[in-house]
Amino acid sequence: MPEQLFFALEVMLNGLMAGVLYALVALGFVLIFKASGIFNYAQGVMALFAALTLVGIMEGQVPFAHLINAIFGTEVHHFGWTVPSVLAIAMTLGVMVLLAILVERLILKHLVNQPDIILFMATIGLAYFLEGFGDIMWGSDIKTLNVGLPQGISETVDEVTYDWFGYGFFLDKLDMVATVIAALLVIGLTLFSQYTKQGRALRAVADDHQAALSVGISLRFIWVLVWSIAGFVALIAGMMWGAKSGVQFSLSLIALKALPVLMLGGFTSIPGAIVGGLIIGVGEKLFEFTIGPMVGGATENWFAYVLALMFLVFRPQGLFGEKIIERV
Amino acid sequence: MLYREAGDFSSTYEKDGQTFPIKFDRWGYYVLLAVAFLVVPFLINDYWANAVFVPFLIYAIAALGLNILTGYCGQVSLGTGGFMAVGAYACYKLMTSFPDVSIFFHVLIAGGITAGVGVIFGLPSLRIKGFYLAVATLAAQFFLVWLFNKVPWFYNYSASGQISSPERTVFGIIVTGPNTDAWAKYMFCLIIAVLLAWIARNLTRGAVGRKWMAIRDMDIAAEIIGVNPLKAKLSAFAVSSFFIGVAGALFFSVYLGAVEVGEAFGIQKSFLVLFMIIIGGLGSIFGSFAGAAFMVLLPVLLKNILVGQLGWATDLAAHIEFMIVGGLIIGFLIMEPHGLAQLWRLAKEKLRLWPFPH
Repeated sequence: MPEQLFFALEVMLNGLMAGVLYALVALGFVLIFKASGIFNYAQGVMALFAALTLVGIMEGQVPFAHLINAIFGTEVHHFGWTVPSVLAIAMTLGVMVLLAILVERLILKHLVNQPDIILFMATIGLAYFLEGFGDIMWGSDIKTLNVGLPQGISETVDEVTYDWFGYGFFLDKLDMVATVIAALLVIGLTLFSQYTKQGRALRAVADDHQAALSVGISLRFIWVLVWSIAGFVALIAGMMWGAKSGVQFSLSLIALKALPVLMLGGFTSIPGAIVGGLIIGVGEKLFEFTIGPMVGGATENWFAYVLALMFLVFRPQGLFGEKIIERV
Repeated sequence: MLYREAGDFSSTYEKDGQTFPIKFDRWGYYVLLAVAFLVVPFLINDYWANAVFVPFLIYAIAALGLNILTGYCGQVSLGTGGFMAVGAYACYKLMTSFPDVSIFFHVLIAGGITAGVGVIFGLPSLRIKGFYLAVATLAAQFFLVWLFNKVPWFYNYSASGQISSPERTVFGIIVTGPNTDAWAKYMFCLIIAVLLAWIARNLTRGAVGRKWMAIRDMDIAAEIIGVNPLKAKLSAFAVSSFFIGVAGALFFSVYLGAVEVGEAFGIQKSFLVLFMIIIGGLGSIFGSFAGAAFMVLLPVLLKNILVGQLGWATDLAAHIEFMIVGGLIIGFLIMEPHGLAQLWRLAKEKLRLWPFPH
């Protein structure tokens, strides 16, 4: 029996770690939603795009190689150099900032004061565009991302727990690193929004657009800033997911899982994103472990959505969200 | 010059309220129907039926359904693919269980079953709104696809997990299965599409449609003036799912013939139909057809130009298609949120004055 119990505990721990990864993607959604009221569907694709760009830069791929080859009949693929990962990450960050500026210039600026649902659909369009763009730029084959993050099962945890409980826990090293990074990220973002001038401006915009404008905060700058931060979060999420399961199209689908996380935690709360991620992560692993075998498995595909759906019926604003008040 | 309503008088309320009050429009519509029913079936071949006409008609039905829910009632749904799968599997089960009944009824009953499923997944819409609901409908999408993948009863325990449509006839004419003639496929879809479009048009301009639109514009206000949100929202879900279910049934039985659920009815299908109604025009019957035509023709056109003419790789063409579609969605939302239907309306307004603009 303790064997079973330990196994359940291990499943739960692994669920917690997977939940952290969901929470990482969900964080990006929350940031943008708080600052601009936009539900950014493209966050997942942004993570994919960031990961693709990172791999592309590191391996010295020629951007748009396929397109160039198709038009000019040339055979270029690589520049023939490799870029160290730290430099590549910095360059990718630059690309994400550029993307943020372009999104603000070309899309958001023109859609001010439109209904939320129009903006939501515009970000679906953006997601499609970025998906095609990323593939054209860097090619659509599955890539492996290696930025020096540890891989595989942690032997230390296995041995230590075996000595203590007589049962070795299998934990992924990468998941543990991801947990630490997520914690750092949340602390960093909290400090940023509490103690810096820009962070305060950001909170002011989140509170009330018009009031923020009237005290002299540039809305457009804040939007660029917040999309850049979301791009940064996307880059980190993309790195983690990419190192875990390869950089490929399904990355953007995994990121869809962040949506139920958000609904559970509330769209406007950073702690909500973390807690929601953990609940979903643990919930779906435990469900797959207990009920899954009875119904044929692969319940992870839908469990998170159904859980969020049921939850929303009882509490539409999520766990930590602000209460929704509607007036005629 | 040609297009004007001068001399077109309505002497009864029925005439005033008809769908095409301008004579020119009305005759244009009759001519279009005549061409669709009397000319196209004699000219159509397999390529045109399978690449253009049949998918266009089927997607138009699906787009009509989603447009009723999203465009008229304001409830965004990302579960279209899942509901199409319900229609397809319901049709398959009916076709194999009752082989003597006409396929026409199978398709309609499949739509009815989908309507029931749609109502169940529509229930949360009473509590949650906007993109919360959009995400909640993803639950329907993923759950339904998983269900049809995992429960062998739905695919009659076939080894491959696929469903494939047996040969069925309407009035002795084969409309499903591998031996179907192009014109039979086309006519079968056309008749159902025209019938459903007629129903949709008349529903949306009647009392039901006005209630939907009231809910869309502001649900609290609608409730105060006496629209029952429960009935309005659930009826929108039911009607919309019926259309989508019929589209799914046709998509499987007539168009593809054999279907693997994750591939044919995945989340991409939900987005495709959503894009059709955004580009075509939210809250417009014509827009559903225009959007479906656009999204069906665009890949065919791009493939012909990029792969056929320029000789590029197919995957490159597919990526460019993604970019174009995404760009178009954003472009339409920024410049013309009411889509192709609004462009058509503007063109008609211009035409009424042409060539003397003052």
